[in-house]
Amino acid sequence: MQTSQPLKPPVVETYDELLGPGETYSSVTARIGDIVLYPLLKTPWGWIGGFIAAGLLLMLYLYALATLFTVGIGIWGINIPIAWGFDIINFVWWIGIGHAGTLISAVLLLFRQDWRTSINRAAEAMTIFAVACAGIYPLIHTGRPWLDYWFLPYPNTMGMWPQFRSPLEWDVFAISTYATVSVLFWFIGLIPDLATLRDRAQHPIAKIFYGLLSLGWRGAAKHWQRYEKASLILAGLSTPLVLSVHSIISFDFAVAQLPGWHVTVFPPYFVAGAVYCGFAMVIVLMIPIRRWFGLHSLITMRHFDVMSKVMLASGLIVTYGYFGEIFYSWYSGSIYEYFLIVNRTTGPWAWSYWALIIFNVLIPQVLWFKRFRTNLPVLFFVSMCINVGMWFERWVIIVLSLTRDFLPTSWGTYTPTFYDWATYIGSFGLFFILFFLFIRLLPMVAIFEVRDLVHKTAHKAHDKEDHGHAGA
Amino acid sequence: MFKRKSNAAEAASTAPATYGIMAEFSGTDEIIAAAESVRAAGYTLVEAYTHIPVHGLDDALGHKPTRLPWLVLAGGITGASGLFGFMCWVNLVDYPLNIGGRPLFSWPAFVPITFEGMVLFSAFAAVFGLILICGLPLPYHPVFNAPGFERASVSGFFLCIEAKDPQYDAAKASSFLTKLGATAVHEFSE
Repeated sequence: MQTSQPLKPPVVETYDELLGPGETYSSVTARIGDIVLYPLLKTPWGWIGGFIAAGLLLMLYLYALATLFTVGIGIWGINIPIAWGFDIINFVWWIGIGHAGTLISAVLLLFRQDWRTSINRAAEAMTIFAVACAGIYPLIHTGRPWLDYWFLPYPNTMGMWPQFRSPLEWDVFAISTYATVSVLFWFIGLIPDLATLRDRAQHPIAKIFYGLLSLGWRGAAKHWQRYEKASLILAGLSTPLVLSVHSIISFDFAVAQLPGWHVTVFPPYFVAGAVYCGFAMVIVLMIPIRRWFGLHSLITMRHFDVMSKVMLASGLIVTYGYFGEIFYSWYSGSIYEYFLIVNRTTGPWAWSYWALIIFNVLIPQVLWFKRFRTNLPVLFFVSMCINVGMWFERWVIIVLSLTRDFLPTSWGTYTPTFYDWATYIGSFGLFFILFFLFIRLLPMVAIFEVRDLVHKTAHKAHDKEDHGHAGA
Repeated sequence: MFKRKSNAAEAASTAPATYGIMAEFSGTDEIIAAAESVRAAGYTLVEAYTHIPVHGLDDALGHKPTRLPWLVLAGGITGASGLFGFMCWVNLVDYPLNIGGRPLFSWPAFVPITFEGMVLFSAFAAVFGLILICGLPLPYHPVFNAPGFERASVSGFFLCIEAKDPQYDAAKASSFLTKLGATAVHEFSE
């Protein structure tokens, strides 16, 4: 992939800084911008291969969806009492992944964490594509997806309105708001970079494309002033938004009376799990990207170190949640809650519960050590484990509770079908095809923010020098 | 903005009019110092164009704080009150459902959607407010004619004095800007 890039930096790993040595405004602009601006016919084979592979997965997805639309949701393994199967597991899994992007772009902006700079753009893209993948599941789960507009409050001939007291209706508003605000925030962040690409592009079509998208941004001081204010406001809005979205999703479960669902701890527990899984996905995506595109001096070891720490912290909150579940199954004195844990740890699906504990609780403990936090193969492996583990968490919550509720006469079992798997694996096709288009067409690192980081780093070094002189 | 358009119409009939003078500076400290000096010298129609947001530059240029936050507040109030009011109207007036004698005005259940509406409308106000207040989209602007201005989105720090400034005198402004440390000074037309 590197062959067509004019600027191929030597691989020097940086452990303590957020930028590699010797980066300037022009060098970072060229490094990020040229990945997008090289000619269409010189698109690297790695990209084309990946795009085709993602396209094949997308075909699988479309095949599964087309069959679903023509035959009906009987092709899935769900039935009563397991009305929520793979689709809701995948919905919660994907949307949880999305939350890390908002956390990086919004929460870390409020906390003025400079390390968000080189990863926020790609993480936000991940958010939007993950939300797209997530949003499809509840829509197709309705059985008659062509009537999904019934979710929306609009004056209709039936004389009916949606039930605004239901968490499922809250979901409609939460997820559509989240998707819209994420796209807007992302676009606002892109505008100065699109102007940079407009000014650097050689090909007339590229000039027009980026020229239109950049809205004619010219970097006027007055515009920057408003721009920074708008960014800060959007970050301030996105922060409670992201917490509300996963809290509302957890209400889908928590307001039901099923053992394992009916607990007040769900909102923070779900949010922490979302952050956990999302950061793992960011790391899984970033490790190959920085290697393929030679971004070692922009995404340094310090970034991975810090992201691992966030992952470890959120993982510990999730672990606390697992212990909490065991504790209140005993403390509640309810035989159903007690049986829930017996069933999880020793029942027919016990292996999935123990897989969850191994992937989410035990393996990530290696992140206590800096040696492993900065060892990319280990980090990649741990992050993959967390992604799988968090999928199992939703599996355990949904399938194990639904198959074993109060009365043994209403117990059931669940076997995912080929179409369940195809709608899950195929959704990666949608995700990756969008992601490949993103890294080909838009700057995957926020160029102007990295230039700002270059500026800040230079000023910091300058100040240190001055202090040094004063001391001597 | 409208003035500029009429200027452009005039210019079409004759030769392109001068828009102003553009000076390039080497860094953030330099351009803030230059902006302060230019303002102190009495120029009023001054604007800087930079590739990164430069803190303190808006003060140096005498730009007032933006009113965007008020717009966002208005958006948020509209979204929250609009959706809350709508849900109350639906549940109390248009479609009241008595479910086990539970109260129709069950406002705690309306909080999540009210909150989402507040966020959505605030975000719309922030984004579209920003774009509209900045006068964007505006694909063509005279400053793009300034030589070397393509660097304004890559590595450059530019300061522009408009020709419409009452004090504007090309030769004087040019030598003044050079004295302030500009690396390049060009007069350019619309």
